Amino acid sequence: MQTANLLPLVLVIALVAYGLAYLRSRSVASPLGGIRHLKALPFYYAARAALWCAIPSLLLLGIWAAFEGKVIQDMVMASLPEDMAPTSAGEASLLLSQISNVAAGKLDPGFVPQPIVGAADQLQVLRSQSSEFKTTLVVLIAVLGATFAWTRVQPHINARENVERTLRWIFFVCAAVAILTTIGIVFSVIFETIRFFGKVPVTEFLFGTAWSPQTALRADQVGAEGAFGVIPLFVGTLLISAIALLVSVPIGLLSAVYLSEYASRPARAVVKPMLEMLAGIPTVVYGFFAALTVAPFIRDLAELVGLHASAQSALAAGLVMGIMIIPFVSSLSDDVINAVPQAMRDGSLALGATQSETMKNVIFPAALPGIMGGILLAASRAIGETMIVVMAAGLAANLTANPLESVTTVTVQIVTLLTGDQEFDSAKTLSAFALGMLLFLVTLVLNIVALKIVRKYREQYE
Amino acid sequence: MPEQRTAVVQEDRPAETVIEEGKTVGSPFADDPKFKLRNVEVFYGEQRAIKNVSLDIARNEVIAFIGPSGCGKSTFLRCLNRMNDSIESCRVTGSLTLDDQDIYDPKHDVVELRARVGMVFQKPNPFPKSIYDNVAYGPRIHGLANRKSDLDDIVENSLRKAGLWDEVKDRLDATATGMSGGQQQRLCIARAIAVSPEVVLMDEPCSALDPIATAKVEELIAELSESYTIVIVTHSMQQAARVSHRTAYFHLGHLVEVNETSKVFTSPEHELTESYITGRFG
Repeated sequence: MQTANLLPLVLVIALVAYGLAYLRSRSVASPLGGIRHLKALPFYYAARAALWCAIPSLLLLGIWAAFEGKVIQDMVMASLPEDMAPTSAGEASLLLSQISNVAAGKLDPGFVPQPIVGAADQLQVLRSQSSEFKTTLVVLIAVLGATFAWTRVQPHINARENVERTLRWIFFVCAAVAILTTIGIVFSVIFETIRFFGKVPVTEFLFGTAWSPQTALRADQVGAEGAFGVIPLFVGTLLISAIALLVSVPIGLLSAVYLSEYASRPARAVVKPMLEMLAGIPTVVYGFFAALTVAPFIRDLAELVGLHASAQSALAAGLVMGIMIIPFVSSLSDDVINAVPQAMRDGSLALGATQSETMKNVIFPAALPGIMGGILLAASRAIGETMIVVMAAGLAANLTANPLESVTTVTVQIVTLLTGDQEFDSAKTLSAFALGMLLFLVTLVLNIVALKIVRKYREQYE
Repeated sequence: MPEQRTAVVQEDRPAETVIEEGKTVGSPFADDPKFKLRNVEVFYGEQRAIKNVSLDIARNEVIAFIGPSGCGKSTFLRCLNRMNDSIESCRVTGSLTLDDQDIYDPKHDVVELRARVGMVFQKPNPFPKSIYDNVAYGPRIHGLANRKSDLDDIVENSLRKAGLWDEVKDRLDATATGMSGGQQQRLCIARAIAVSPEVVLMDEPCSALDPIATAKVEELIAELSESYTIVIVTHSMQQAARVSHRTAYFHLGHLVEVNETSKVFTSPEHELTESYITGRFG
């Protein structure tokens, strides 16, 4: 049976085990005078039966699915005659794909040597055997687990503890998935980064002021030398993020203050969802808003006062990005401002403070850690944002602090490096991973620093 | 926002007792009062929480508001510095004057009112700042001190009056939330008197404190009564008897009886008052 079909089957068995254990616990309890004479409620006996039934068999199923293919392949390859044994990894994969194509009927057996046809037959036999064996074993373990649990439905056995402990592990595994994913991402980037630094020195990457990653594909090509200085990209990123934060932090924060302290209930009910809707607009839409509406407007405006602005500018991208992240700041700040106890407000108001004095002197300091969190989230959104910048700020890696010029960012470069044709042994492609790693480290440091600041200046109420 | 309490008719209330609206037995009025309150009604939305209450609060007296839960005594107290303003559905009618100025006149400055009428809450609510900054909060926003040394003096005086100076003089920079509950409440009193109010409202100031801290706060109230008018809401009849000159008994939004404290607790005029102080309900 296929794994996809086995999974529901195991779940059905677990469900049956649940029901049976439940009924049995009740029937065990009734001669004693009710379920209060059991060590645990019937639910726990039933849940334990379901868990003991499902967990071992699902574990087995997972392990089987992970190793099945590899083991069968090795067995098939071993069955080939001596003179056909592959000498290189490439040859082996070619052979394997021939064998599996014959087995799947995609390749006419007449076109390939006889041993391969034999191997294909064996492949099919092994696969069906494995499948049968797997089905039998998984169902057997599920039934055994359920039966064992069923016999353990006894009034003096405390199933509650088993269930609680198992649940704890399940929760732990869920939490671990998130952490492991992060670690996995770091590792996926780190090795390519190290390869990149084998081609380009770290110092050149970190302190170079020119970025033009056009390496030659052939040795005789013109312009073979690429430049991998990351500074223009980081300056571009910081410039755009700074503009975005300059827009979003004041507007977001003050709108949060309005929402939580001044707005009447009906006004709040309308304004808050509207603000949060900004977060739901796809960034591509923001992108063409920036590129087609804001950027030309800025250029015209700049020309009006006698300044030169390029068609794509950091200012346009930053402004629109700022609008995009307003809800991150306002929504989170609103929540933390609301969480400040009413007693604090009353205390301040009763001393004759006005609403804005209360806000500034009492509520704001108390809510600061949470507000910082919101701003940080907004900052990391700004640093990581790509689409708006691609469309509105351009691709030219200019080293400039002038917001009217076009700049590019780290994320945009990663996108351009990794889309289209690429080869994974050129410095051009590998530099994307180094950029990603750097971006990751920078945001990590930003987070740690902010956490430290928040912890130091937190004003704790109770 | 304080919860909206619903008045519940007590089952064991003497059946024949009818409260006549707007009629208060005893002596609710005073000559030359600080607060003159006439026909005050408070509504939470449709619900009438205070029903036609008229009362004078004399200068430098300590008046206690007592009554069963939900009788409106806290609501009434919060009218005196307009703390009810921040509750959206709350509406106050009638005439409330402080030194003959209508405090609910739209032109009346609520900031000035609250500088003159301070308040101490049920649960100690020091700001999460240093002890010094808590006391200096009011003087700072009202611009009472021109120099740092003036502010230092105000803080020291207020803490002395609140009987807290000796306990905290060496740690004025420590955060106020680290103090004990009783100290926190006395800090809140110091904070309230730092702006030199004329009246101090206290909403069950000892209900979150242990007996020793309560005794200290009561002692403090007695001392403060020399220079301030004090209105105290309390659930403890012993406390009312110990600290107040006059006692007002509220029942289901009505002001039933106001009299000298000694009279209220020895020979109450109204039978509801008698039932309450003898513990028949409450």
